[in-house]
Amino acid sequence: MDQLLYSAEVVLNGLMTGVMYALVALGFVLIFKASGVFNYAQGVMCLFAALTLVGIMNGQVPFAPLLSAITGNRIGTFGFTVPAALAVLLTAVVMVGLAWLINMLILRHLVNQAPIILFMATIGLAYFLEGLGDVMWGADVKVLDVGIPQGISESVEAWTHAVFGYGFFIDRLDIVAAVVATLLVAALVMFSQYTRQGRAMRAVADDHQAALSVGISLRFIWVLVWSIAGFVALVAGIMWGAKSGVQFSLSLIALKALPVLMLGGFTSIPGAIVGGLIIGVGEKLFEFWVGQLVGGATETWFAYVLALVFLVFRPQGLFGERIIERV
Amino acid sequence: MFYREAGDFKTSYRDDGQTFPIRLDRWGYYALLAVAFLVIPFVIDNYWANAILVPFLIYAIAAIGLNILVGYAGQLSLGTGGFMAVGAYAVYKLTTSFPDINIVIHVLLAGIITALVGMLFGLPSLRIKGFYLAVATLAAQFFLVWLFNKVPWFYNYSASGQINMPERSLLGQVITGPGTTPAAKYLLCLVFAVAVAWVARNLTRGTIGRKWMAIRDMDIAAEIIGVNPLNAKLTAFGVSSFFVGIAGALFFAVYLGAAEVGEAFGLNKSFLILFMIIIGGLGSIFGSFAGAAFMVLLPVLLKNVLVGGMGWPTDLAAYVELMIVGALIIIVLILEPHGLAQLWRLTKEKLRLWPFPH
Repeated sequence: MDQLLYSAEVVLNGLMTGVMYALVALGFVLIFKASGVFNYAQGVMCLFAALTLVGIMNGQVPFAPLLSAITGNRIGTFGFTVPAALAVLLTAVVMVGLAWLINMLILRHLVNQAPIILFMATIGLAYFLEGLGDVMWGADVKVLDVGIPQGISESVEAWTHAVFGYGFFIDRLDIVAAVVATLLVAALVMFSQYTRQGRAMRAVADDHQAALSVGISLRFIWVLVWSIAGFVALVAGIMWGAKSGVQFSLSLIALKALPVLMLGGFTSIPGAIVGGLIIGVGEKLFEFWVGQLVGGATETWFAYVLALVFLVFRPQGLFGERIIERV
Repeated sequence: MFYREAGDFKTSYRDDGQTFPIRLDRWGYYALLAVAFLVIPFVIDNYWANAILVPFLIYAIAAIGLNILVGYAGQLSLGTGGFMAVGAYAVYKLTTSFPDINIVIHVLLAGIITALVGMLFGLPSLRIKGFYLAVATLAAQFFLVWLFNKVPWFYNYSASGQINMPERSLLGQVITGPGTTPAAKYLLCLVFAVAVAWVARNLTRGTIGRKWMAIRDMDIAAEIIGVNPLNAKLTAFGVSSFFVGIAGALFFAVYLGAAEVGEAFGLNKSFLILFMIIIGGLGSIFGSFAGAAFMVLLPVLLKNVLVGGMGWPTDLAAYVELMIVGALIIIVLILEPHGLAQLWRLTKEKLRLWPFPH
């Protein structure tokens, strides 16, 4: 019985991790649906957003390491701190600016190229952003504290202890993340269903040429979508950053969003969420039952292998559009 | 004026189909080989061997391997680092288990083992395509690195988890281990690189290469005109992994000497080699060499300029290098999606007309 309850706890924790994966995956899906670009840099965008947020909150001078190296003086901080809410707002503005720049400097010049070329360009973008984040804000591991409660939730533990006779350990941060993710998805659905721009976005996702012919500006919609994806990256970056510190490994965790997407299908928002949950639970359970037998740390590859095996049987993922090929 | 087909008469089909149809190219190629084999080994020193020439040759082999898969057969792979690790661990296990057998045979065997592993991971390519396949090859990358980290048998239960290359010799010359002369290292890698390039060139212009390219351009159409996709895709994975495995084996045995799998063969290695073939030129053997040279020389150059010349801290220079590499990838893709090889082709076109403009 204890073993069973323990597994249940593992499942629950897996679900919470899955929510985090889904958050990152959401950004991928948005961009892929609207512009057909498979944005490898989404994970690094999370890292970049989190770095920028921490930098602004601590009042760091941007490019401080670079400026110090060039001028020879030590340049550190402005000497003031910025409140979290304002910093989040400023970071969102930075992400919108980034989205605009990416569209102006990269995507505009790669229109009509093969999707695989665009994909490789986003790999280049990922490298660039990774370097830029480090040069702008320094590469040391940073603590991100925007006032999200952390640590084990005692109330959940006490409550489950009273009901099952076994206290579940759940991080309060994970609960907040789940709530935020739900709100975010709800907001995105509302936006795409009930606003003018949202409808235009869906039209572009359906058919570029048809959307153009009824007077929708593709360029504007792409900037919009990348901005939203940047915002989603910011939210994911805050959650992951608060959980495990802002550092390079953040972008590797975010890479897990790829198998999540493959499982869920590249074009489906519900797919991203369900895929995230399946991968989160799957890898925790696998680590729990099998991982101990083979030396542990199976979480690094389990998600990918699961997605690979799954795809062999269903190439378009769970909710993806059926792939029809013509000569 | 000198770079012309004119006057260079071909009297057989063999002559007509040769790799370098223009006389000047041919001479250049022979001269290059002569310098590489007869001059450089006598003037090479430790710095040139370890910092530039040996990594260049080994990466060129890996880039040719990946180029066959990505550039010729159109199957995007992000698992190169993992496959190089297979080659490295295979040669390590073979040479420690059978120390008396010639190391060159072990390197080739390591290539064959990697080819088998590559074909295994290539099997899903029959069902999944494009991005899906790219992400699926990530499974190979992460799984293989994890496997070599966690199963002690692969590193002979050594306490550090590292693999160390014992000393091996060939024709009376020490070619691996700490006592190797730079010339020996260089020559071994050179022989492999030239052989791999020669085999790759002849494979890609023969039947099998045409099948790969047909699959790359449109696999359904290729299937309809009678190319067996199972055969074509699996041979592409096999041949590509064979070369990548050889590169991995040499990278460990000759270049590094001691390796820790996550560090030497991580995801970054996969991307490094992918960048080489993007910058060098997809679907070109020359491009593989050019890209490898570029990606080996760029960090050396940046380090000399930024750290040596301007006195920046090393870590800052490394981040600036990341930015430059990333930006270069994007710029190359925007301006010249076919890479350095295309620039070379354009130069040759211009040369044939020179000094006339048209």
